[in-house]
Formats: sequence, structure tokens, C-alpha cells
Amino acid sequence: MAVKKFITGSFYDEEVLFPAVKKVRRAGYKIHDVFTPFPIHGLDKAMGLRDTSLHTAGFIYGITGTATAVGFITWALTVDWQINFGGKPFFSLPAWIPITFELTVLFAAVGMVLTFCYLCQLAPFVKKDHFNLRSTDDTFLMALECTDTTNEADAISFLQSIGGVDVGVQYKETGWWLGRYDKDTKRFEKKVETAQ
Amino acid sequence: MSLLRYESQVRPALVEGGKDYHQVTEDICRPVEAKPSKLWWIGFIISVCLLIFGIISVTMEVMYGVGQWNLNKTIGWGWDITNFVWWVGIGHAGTLISAILLLFRQGWRTGVNRAAEAMTIFAVMCAGQFPIWHMGRVWNAFFVLPYPNTRGPLWVNFNSPLLWDVFAISTYFTVSLLFWYSGLLPDLATLRDRAKKKWRKMFYGVAAFGWTGSTKHWQRHEALSLVLAGLSTPLVLSVHTIVSFDFATSVVPGWHTTIFPPYFVAGAIFSGFAMVQTLLVVTRKVLGLEEYITIEHINVMNKVIVLTGSIVGIAYLTELFMAWYSAVDYENFAFFENRLNLNSPYGWSYWIMMGCNVLSPQIFWFKKMRTNLVVTFFMSILVNIGMWFERFVIIVTSVYRDYLPSAWSTYYTPTIWEIGFYMGTFGLFFTCYFLFSKFFPVIAIAEIKHILKRSGENYKEKMDVVEKESLDGFAQEQTGDHH
Repeated sequence: MAVKKFITGSFYDEEVLFPAVKKVRRAGYKIHDVFTPFPIHGLDKAMGLRDTSLHTAGFIYGITGTATAVGFITWALTVDWQINFGGKPFFSLPAWIPITFELTVLFAAVGMVLTFCYLCQLAPFVKKDHFNLRSTDDTFLMALECTDTTNEADAISFLQSIGGVDVGVQYKETGWWLGRYDKDTKRFEKKVETAQ
Repeated sequence: MSLLRYESQVRPALVEGGKDYHQVTEDICRPVEAKPSKLWWIGFIISVCLLIFGIISVTMEVMYGVGQWNLNKTIGWGWDITNFVWWVGIGHAGTLISAILLLFRQGWRTGVNRAAEAMTIFAVMCAGQFPIWHMGRVWNAFFVLPYPNTRGPLWVNFNSPLLWDVFAISTYFTVSLLFWYSGLLPDLATLRDRAKKKWRKMFYGVAAFGWTGSTKHWQRHEALSLVLAGLSTPLVLSVHTIVSFDFATSVVPGWHTTIFPPYFVAGAIFSGFAMVQTLLVVTRKVLGLEEYITIEHINVMNKVIVLTGSIVGIAYLTELFMAWYSAVDYENFAFFENRLNLNSPYGWSYWIMMGCNVLSPQIFWFKKMRTNLVVTFFMSILVNIGMWFERFVIIVTSVYRDYLPSAWSTYYTPTIWEIGFYMGTFGLFFTCYFLFSKFFPVIAIAEIKHILKRSGENYKEKMDVVEKESLDGFAQEQTGDHH
């Protein structure tokens, strides 16, 4: 990741933000991201993000849990050490349903949360550059990435024309690094890497 | 389009006082950012004292053995397992509110889910103490886990309900914790970005995991919440089902009952909602959050209490009917002599249970009672007393008279260390809850903002079609590249 140049604009109402996102995309600008204080249904679709596959990952983790439980208990009680519990069969599947179920849920939940944290780069002591500190409060911040063909002045006036407030240019690091929020550390000390 | 949604006009506003997004942040962060009040300190110190009493009680038990408790032959399970089941049950309401009501799209859950989920975690922590310390030789507690050992390896008994319990409770705790914390991340980020003091920036910076509020992250976050809710829903039903299996798979009259799983789950939700009411009636007042945890929230939760209380009542009557219908002498004796007969040694406990759980919640058929805070608080305490006695009745009255009168035990009363242990878990629970209410937002900020335009007082009348264009059409159109 690197430090990039962005045109940013703030919005205070999702009823303004939604049409704005569409207009920006129709005009052909590249939306880097929209930072919002709460989930806005349909915004991902409007921005053209593909659906997340986290569900599928969860299903796979769940199946792994099921297989682990059934496989391990079967091996332990029928192969490794057979114990006669009141004359019942060694392979007594119905009695294993509770543990199988619990492990399915446990694997799916733990696996999904870890995957979620990995995909979103979330962990203790992870630090990222933030465009606007109010975007966890009441501001929807739209960041347009400046590419080689972007005309800066045009982009700024366009963003203002569709309802953006506090429109300006920001240079931000897009990756993450290890750091604390009470200390002002940067991932890279040098300023700009991309061309205009 | 997300703003085009239907919300019943019959349902009163869930957020009162005409808030906007920033005010929501301010209101909910205020108690976290302000200095704790005198009331908070008093409550916290009392809780810590109780916790210390509990630690002393447990130390006595570990040093001198389970003999420090008044358990006897035939009452091998007394207060400890009663308390265990009681605490687990309380935990269930948190998951019901956060998971099942999420799946049912109940908007009102957002006001109370964060505190209720925290309650779940603390209650399960308290519950877990009882079976662990009841082991006596607690330094061998890891024997319950199937780990490779030098005794064969000798595996645990996967066919035993007690082992199912180990898996159920630990899974329940883990999943609840993950669900709760993943929901907290955005709100911790809000606190981080508002922080002025150095330690706050550091603490919430570390705790918020570097959350930015990116749309892609929200999309994944929503997917995660939904799947975790879907997983938690059968999980919460399974946990109390498995706890009830501890009893139902035995051949003890009074325990050997197929009605136990649904009856236990209903009872768990019943007692859990009562505990949520106890906590929230106080929390909303002390932290000044009456506009977020409204009378309407109290009202709907009281409806759940009267429903589940009545289900529990039907279960009690069904048990009596089945005992009579079975025509088994021992079953009849367990229910009609040991429980129903007020003159039998523990008959009083059965009638406390009946009075608190079945009769008294019936006043919640009246809206006036449901929306009265004093009545609600008093009833919530009463229900929790009743539900504690339900577990006491199930455990003690079923085992204190064995099949032969020569094996009938002496009258069981707890020692000071048994009571101290129970009090200690109250200390643990409330210490955790006080710390939580001081350092974390007790209401899910992001979720309140999410429903604000639907259910906020000032937005409700303005609800209208905002945009007519379909999103799918737009997505179809925008398949080209940017410049």
C-alpha cells in the first residue's frame, strides 16, 4: 500500500449521499470508499461492490466443525478406546449430536470472526489513516481516488455540485501499520508517491 | 432502495426527543466520557465487596473441600447447581434479544441489545464458576477436556450430558463474546475518534481494532452479524436444552421428564428478561438514557415476560398431569407429596415458585402495569426469585427423599460459604456490569443511528418514498470502467 491522493467530500444525510454516489459513478470517477458511521443498506450495491463471500466461508468452517466432532468422537470411542456404556453400541451417533452441533457453531463463529478481522484488517494495535474523524459520528465521507486522468479542479467542483461539503484534497496512506492512536506514527514518512 | 421501507404507524417511536445522528453519539457517549457519579461508586464498591466475599468463600471450599458446603447423601447438588442453572438461564435473554429478534427484524432490540448481550456474557461467566468449583479438586478441572493424556489416552465420555454441558457452555460463552465484541467495534471507534485524553485514545484505539467505517467493512460486518445471529439462535436453544438433559436423561423421579428442554428454554428466557428489566430500569435512569430505552421497550419486554411466564406455568401443570397420568408411585410421590404438599419439608419452595413465576406475572396483561417502572422493577426481582426457586425445587425436592425411607436425607440448608459463593457471583456480575457501563457504550450507537430515520420521533411522520429508481437497474448500468 502507499500514500495516495484523494478528493474528499462530506455528506450529512444519506438521502443526499445516495444520489451523489450514483452521479459520481455516472460521471466516471473512481470512488475509493465511503466511510459511514453506521451501515447503509444498498450503499455497497450503489458503489458497485460485489457481495461478500463471508457466508460461504462460515459454511465451510461449520462443516469443518461437524466433521471434526463426528470424526474425532467416532475414532476415540470406536477405535482408540472402546468403553461399554451400559451395553450400548460403541458407535452411538444420537448421543453425539449435542457436541457435534456445538462444535459446528463454534468453528463457524470463530472462523468467521477471524476471517472478518483478516479481510478488514482489524486487530489490536492496528492503525490506519482516517480521512475524517467525524465519519464515526455523523458524517458520511466520500473519497475519490485521483488517477492519472483526473482533473482535480473539475472533481472538486463536481463533488460540491452534488451536495458535498468541505470538499478538498487529502493525501492518505491506504494500508495499515502497527501503532497506537495516542501516538502520531506514520507507516511511511515520505509524503507523496503517486503522480497527479 | 434502503430508505424505502415500511414501519408500522402503530408502533410508537423507539427514539424519543427528535434526535439527529450527532446527538445520538453525544447522548450515548456522555456517561462513558464523564466522571463516574457517586451512585456508580457506591454500587461498584458494594459489588467488589461481594466479589471479595465470594473469593473468600471459594478459597474456604478449595482449602477444606466440598465438605464446607452442606451437601449430603442424597443431596449431591444443592445451591451450587441451582445457581449454575439460574445464571445460565439469565444469560439466555441477551442472546434472544440480540440474535432472535435480529432475525425477526424487531427494531426495538437496538435500544437494549448491547446491555443485554453484556449481561449474557457476565451471567455465563458466573454460571461457569459453579460446576468448576463444585469439582472440589479444581486443579484437575482440565480433565473435562478431551486432550491427549498419559492414561491411555483415556478420553472423556462423549455420551454424557455433563460433558455436553462443558461443550455447550464454553461454546455459548465464546460465541456470545464474539458477537458482542464484533458489534462493539464501530462504537469503540466512535469513542476513539472523540477521545481527547491520551489514555482514552490509546485504550479505545487498541480496543477498536482500527475500525474505519468503510462501506466494504460494513457490508462484511452486516453479513457477520446476520450469520452469527443465525448461529446463536439454535445455539441458545441448545444450551438450555443440554442443561435440562443433565436432569432429563437420569432416572430420578421429578427429573426424568421429556418436557424439560422446551420448559427450561422458556424459563431461561423468562428469567433473563426479568434480569434485563432489573438492569435497564436502573441503567436508563442513572445514565439518563430514557429517550433510548423508552417505556415502549419496557412494555414489549414485559409482554415477553407474561408470555414466557405463562408457558412455564403450563409446563408446571403438565408435569403434575403427567405424574398423575403415569400412575407410577414414585412419580406421584415426587410431585404430589414432595412438591405440592405445603406441609412436606420443601413444600414452601414449590409454592414460592408458583406464586412468583405463574401467578404474579399475570398482572402484565394490563398495559398500566407493563408501563409502570416501579411495578416492572419489583416484578423483575420477584420473577428472578421465583426462577431461582424453580431450579431449587427441581434439584432438591427430587433428590432429598430417595426410593427407600432409610435413605431420606436430613433437611438441607446451605452453609455461609455456599451463600457466600452465590453472593460472590453477584459481585462478579455487577462488578463487570459497572465497569462495562463506565467504559463501553451501553447502547449500540451505530444500530440506533441505523433505525433513527425509521423510528426516530422527528422522522416518523416524514416517512415517504425517497427515491423511485431501482438499485438493481443502476448496478446493471454501471458495469463499465472508471476513468
